[in-house]
Amino acid sequence: MSDPMIRLRELYVEFNPPGKRIQAVNGVDLTVDRGEVVALIGESGSGKSVTLRAMMRLHPEKTTRYSGALEVAGQDVLGMGGGALSQLRGKRVAMIFQEPLLALDPVYTLGEQIVEAIRRHEPLGRAEARARALQLFERVRIPSPERRLDAYPHEMSGGMRQRAMIALALACNPQVLLADEPTTALDATVQIQILLLLRDLQRELGLSIVFVTHDIGAAAEVADRMAVMYAGRIVEEGPASELLTRPRHPYTRALLGSRDEGALRKGRRLDTIGGAPPDLARLPAGCAFAARCAFADDACRAAVPERRELGARHAAACRRLDELPALLAVRADEALPS
Amino acid sequence: MTGYLLRRLGYALPIMLGVSFLCFMLVHLSPGDPLVSILPADASAELQRQMMQLYGFDRPLLEQFLRWLWRALHGDLGTSIATSRPVTGEVFRAVGNTLMIAVLASLIGFSLGSLFGFVAGYFRNSWADRLASFVSVIGVSLPNYWLGMVLVIVFSAQLMWLPATGAGPGGSSDWAWDWAHVQYLILPALTMSFIPMGIVARTVRALVADTLSQEFVVGLRARGLGELGVLRHVVKNCAPTALAVVGLQLGYLLGGSILIETVFSWPGTGFLLNQAIFQRDLPLLQGSILILALFFVLLNLLVDVLQTVLDPRIERG
Repeated sequence: MSDPMIRLRELYVEFNPPGKRIQAVNGVDLTVDRGEVVALIGESGSGKSVTLRAMMRLHPEKTTRYSGALEVAGQDVLGMGGGALSQLRGKRVAMIFQEPLLALDPVYTLGEQIVEAIRRHEPLGRAEARARALQLFERVRIPSPERRLDAYPHEMSGGMRQRAMIALALACNPQVLLADEPTTALDATVQIQILLLLRDLQRELGLSIVFVTHDIGAAAEVADRMAVMYAGRIVEEGPASELLTRPRHPYTRALLGSRDEGALRKGRRLDTIGGAPPDLARLPAGCAFAARCAFADDACRAAVPERRELGARHAAACRRLDELPALLAVRADEALPS
Repeated sequence: MTGYLLRRLGYALPIMLGVSFLCFMLVHLSPGDPLVSILPADASAELQRQMMQLYGFDRPLLEQFLRWLWRALHGDLGTSIATSRPVTGEVFRAVGNTLMIAVLASLIGFSLGSLFGFVAGYFRNSWADRLASFVSVIGVSLPNYWLGMVLVIVFSAQLMWLPATGAGPGGSSDWAWDWAHVQYLILPALTMSFIPMGIVARTVRALVADTLSQEFVVGLRARGLGELGVLRHVVKNCAPTALAVVGLQLGYLLGGSILIETVFSWPGTGFLLNQAIFQRDLPLLQGSILILALFFVLLNLLVDVLQTVLDPRIERG
């Protein structure tokens, strides 16, 4: 692939608040090509949002340690100085947050905030910047955009706020859009509208999008590829359609199992994954999922499993990938009512 | 906006009425006879009765209150028993004097307090934070009459830069905005500014630290704003609360500090209240408390309105 927009190699992110050591991201490899949409999925605390924010180095500088390689739009994010970093942020890479009400400054109007962002990166006058802001509002399909530019964040509905947030992110024509659970805080119907909007914009503008969610349905709607994260590592990665229909890693299977066709049928017990994700301050030595995995053996608990290529850009990190189909068949037999 | 203002004024009216009732009655709760200070110790019972009648102290309290209120509404707060001068004039002269040092003290306190608080909140847990917090704790906890005396010793007695007491050269009572007069303001105002400075510094520190921990600051950084850009947003977020705090402080200062005004012989409201209490000058006491309370209510109103203008989240409807 020629010049990927995002390249992570062996990325580690560690938080060091006083007296603690939290290993939030533990060796992530990820490549996102130009114009590609990649979804990072996983439970809360799986490191997906941390990975996303690391791409802009948004974690508190003092208490965060990064290692590995992190390139965005051809630039070395971990090595660059503060000035270059703020040139990159908003200009080449922009972010959409989960809850726009919290991520927008409450005491400035949306118009003021967009104008400020534009003028930060481009030598435009106030009037020109405002004209661009108006175009952006039209582009993200906000009704009566002229009036909405003068609204404060709290004066708009959740869906409108998220549209405004997207407009703000697109203000300086970035090449990469990072979306941190952009639909989680919204109503179901609004979620779909926002997802469709993102997909349309991505196609029109040729954006690369990395999109964090725990909603597999939302991911399936827009993503070309998916990466499943667990305890700060990518456990399985592949084209969206392939991952959804032929998941290989036990964790991916379990995750998908909780939204199977039959899973929500009346009278059937909802499949859940027993146990809880590991404490990131005390990671186990071996596979982090072993404690919750029905197929784990002692070897799984001893060493972190290697990532294995499964062809067609599909990869997974599990020692027993090849034995799994047989093991699953046995379990299915046992589960049959006798 | 006009509707909002009118509504707020409407709320203020019953408060003012309640305040005037309370301050009239409170004074009557205190023991002692208001005429003791002007009647000779051997005054006859007849003379006492006549004086009671003259001042209206023999009527039922409620009637006294209503008469007093009626006249107060017309700008007449009665006559001082001790000086036989109209209370209104006395009080407004004192308020004017106190207003000068109180406003100056608030300005000093607000500027230094915001600066210290901002530095402390922004560089939390650094040496600058500890220094600023130390200064603000000192400001709040030092007894200010002591501080006043120290300032007098240093700047008046030792360095001889500034006058120690009074409100004008040669004990004159006519104010003018020239250096000869203004230099008398500086020491009392500086002394008075320490408490508001400390309080503002601590409030602003907490506000800045809280604002910086909010998600939207990450949002601002993600847009590529540098530290200065982020600071501008933080200031606007903190301003309404900081202003409210300093407004309240100004209200307290308007009551005058009896101790500071005594140390500096400043003819302000604290001085006047002190006088009125010791001379059992009921009309003067009631009048000054009422005027001060009204100033306080109006100041709060002003602060509320300012906050509404600055913070769009406060409903105007």
